[in-house]
Amino acid sequence: MSIVLRGLRPYGEQPADLVLEEGRIADVCAPGRGVGDEVIECDGLIGLPGFVDLHTHLREPGREDAETIDTGSHAAALGGFTCVHAMANSSPVADTAGVVEQVWRLGQRCGLVDVRPVGAVTVGLGGVQLAEIGAMAHSAAAVRVFSDDGECVHDPLLMRRALEYVKIFDGVIAQHAQDPRLTEGAQMNEGALSSRLGLAGWPAVAEEAIIARDVLLAEHVGSRLHVCHVSTAGSVEVLRWAKARGVPVTAEVTPHHLLLTEELIAGYDPVYKVNPPLRSQEDVEALRHAVADGTIDAIATDHAPHPREDKDCEWAAAAMGMLGLQTAFGVVVETLVATGLLTLRQVAERMSQAPARIGRVANQGGDLVPGAPANITVVDTISRTDVRARDLVSKSGNSPYVGMALPGRVWHVAYEGRITVRDGVVA
Amino acid sequence: MRHLLSAGEIDRDQAVLILDTAAELGAVTDRSIKKLPTLRGRTVVNLFYEDSTRTRISFEAAAKRLSADVLNFSAKGSSVSKGESLKDTALTLQAMGADAVVLRHGSSGAAHRLAHAGWIDASVINAGDGTHEHPTQALLDAFTIRRHLAPEGGDLAGLSVAIVGDILHSRVARSNVHLLTTLGARVTLVAPPTLIPVGVESWPCAVSYELDPVLDSVDAIMMLRVQSERMQAAYFPSALEYSRLYGLDAARLSRLPEHAIVLHPGPMNRGMEISADVADSSRAVMVEQVANGVNVRMAVLYLLLAGDGKDAG
Repeated sequence: MSIVLRGLRPYGEQPADLVLEEGRIADVCAPGRGVGDEVIECDGLIGLPGFVDLHTHLREPGREDAETIDTGSHAAALGGFTCVHAMANSSPVADTAGVVEQVWRLGQRCGLVDVRPVGAVTVGLGGVQLAEIGAMAHSAAAVRVFSDDGECVHDPLLMRRALEYVKIFDGVIAQHAQDPRLTEGAQMNEGALSSRLGLAGWPAVAEEAIIARDVLLAEHVGSRLHVCHVSTAGSVEVLRWAKARGVPVTAEVTPHHLLLTEELIAGYDPVYKVNPPLRSQEDVEALRHAVADGTIDAIATDHAPHPREDKDCEWAAAAMGMLGLQTAFGVVVETLVATGLLTLRQVAERMSQAPARIGRVANQGGDLVPGAPANITVVDTISRTDVRARDLVSKSGNSPYVGMALPGRVWHVAYEGRITVRDGVVA
Repeated sequence: MRHLLSAGEIDRDQAVLILDTAAELGAVTDRSIKKLPTLRGRTVVNLFYEDSTRTRISFEAAAKRLSADVLNFSAKGSSVSKGESLKDTALTLQAMGADAVVLRHGSSGAAHRLAHAGWIDASVINAGDGTHEHPTQALLDAFTIRRHLAPEGGDLAGLSVAIVGDILHSRVARSNVHLLTTLGARVTLVAPPTLIPVGVESWPCAVSYELDPVLDSVDAIMMLRVQSERMQAAYFPSALEYSRLYGLDAARLSRLPEHAIVLHPGPMNRGMEISADVADSSRAVMVEQVANGVNVRMAVLYLLLAGDGKDAG
């Protein structure tokens, strides 16, 4: 079975026909010349390599009331993703080969995206004892990204050991940078607004101090460090300094930290409660420019579904996190493409190629050239559509974008040469 | 006004109206039958998630003097202690026909959420939410200050008020900064830097890390309760040191202007933020604050519930 994407413009450049066969791009030829069993008219739409998310909470096993690997895979596919990394804070925690293999197999069974399990760094995310990192790396799931996300690996010695240990198989530690003592009871960004609202502050320094420590540790032991959901201008400065020194550090930013600011919290609606918290406009600007200049390598959604009862309550009682998979591309277009900060080739780099490299994911983040894996997302950047609750296929509804109009649309997605999304609907 | 959630939402004219109404309704208290028929047939629910006997009975007395039916719903020993959510409790109160809900809750923004989440139609009165606001406390403080220092009525223009203590965790301080400055007073917050909120520069008030320099220029001084657990959390080294630097004792009292009054929202820690002789002195107006609290809460209930179009008969 071969498929022709007719008249597609790779990276928004010259139109071409892409012929997909046996999971690969078999041919790239002049428009109208491609031959295959099925033709999908793309007529000037933009082709990008399938997006790779380094940071997704699929909630299975344990919180299937919030999301499952199946529903999360549907949301990912509709968002243009062909690969997602499922964070380890499930129940039980993904800290053994058994759990990561289960997650990986459920992802395979669904078959809409490549579900790459993230392994926990410490047993039960407890921050005391290293999890069986080697067993997870050598399991069928071949884990390469390890993270206690949700919790910070705050013990400096344990962090050092983890960084050193993953060198065995070229793994990476993805750190949730949050000093626990500086953020006890924290509810939102610390500043004038948190003081006015009477909500306990989450100071920027609690993130920046951990990143500063970790880049020095990574430099000292020569290991790969990845920083999750960078949220402050100060963190960007620390990362820029570290990269200039040649420290092997990479970093991600979420779509919501590129678009939303803490002012939204003034009405105490917990849909805006997220960790790290929404910050100031100044932070948003710094993060956008950091993506543009490469200080931040990747966009990662931190897609965090929560059932309705965990958001339909008072602020302090609410869970932290927001949906992100289906809206990520729209937010990237709004904040980075429409503003002229990123070219479409750079979008491909930040949303597909860099995250695939960081996660050491084979067959993802390829170029749109003959021989590359046929993981392709077909989009436009023009149409502006309202985000509607009923269009979100996640099992939870905690999207802060409902009611907003976002630009850009995912039309078709090919995963391993199969069409998973056609005309914005899961095929 | 439909709800009273924050002192920051009240403008000068509204504030003066509430104080004037409180003064008028207060005259009822002096009659032998302390009751007005104004809110007959209306239901006021006191929904208290935190223990606060004095605030609850103050609202209860205010509602009863206006002839409203009062339901007291406290978290302890109720469905709340069995894990019922604020939303489900709100739906229950809605079904019982509550016209006003007086909410005390440990979570900042809870009153705002109750008023605006679409759970309930009743008017919501914030009786203290976490470390956010306690607007009726500020109103009774303003009422008390006005009665002593601006007896001709109107606002508090030209008066100087110091608020001393744990500003960081104080909903009373937040509401008072809003309300007293709206009424034209100058407010100075006095506390160690550890108990001053980040971003206080944007508040319409002055800040002093020392108590002594502000004493001779204040017309009213409000001492806030300092909880002993703040000491464990390293906000200050010891109760003794706190008391030495920020406590109001007889020596400091003697340095206040002749006419200055001492307020405290209660409950007091005698010997900590306020010495016993100051607490018992003629300059201290705590008992008046309690009496005025009933009047101010009557005024708030009256203005929110009377004449809103519903048949009060």
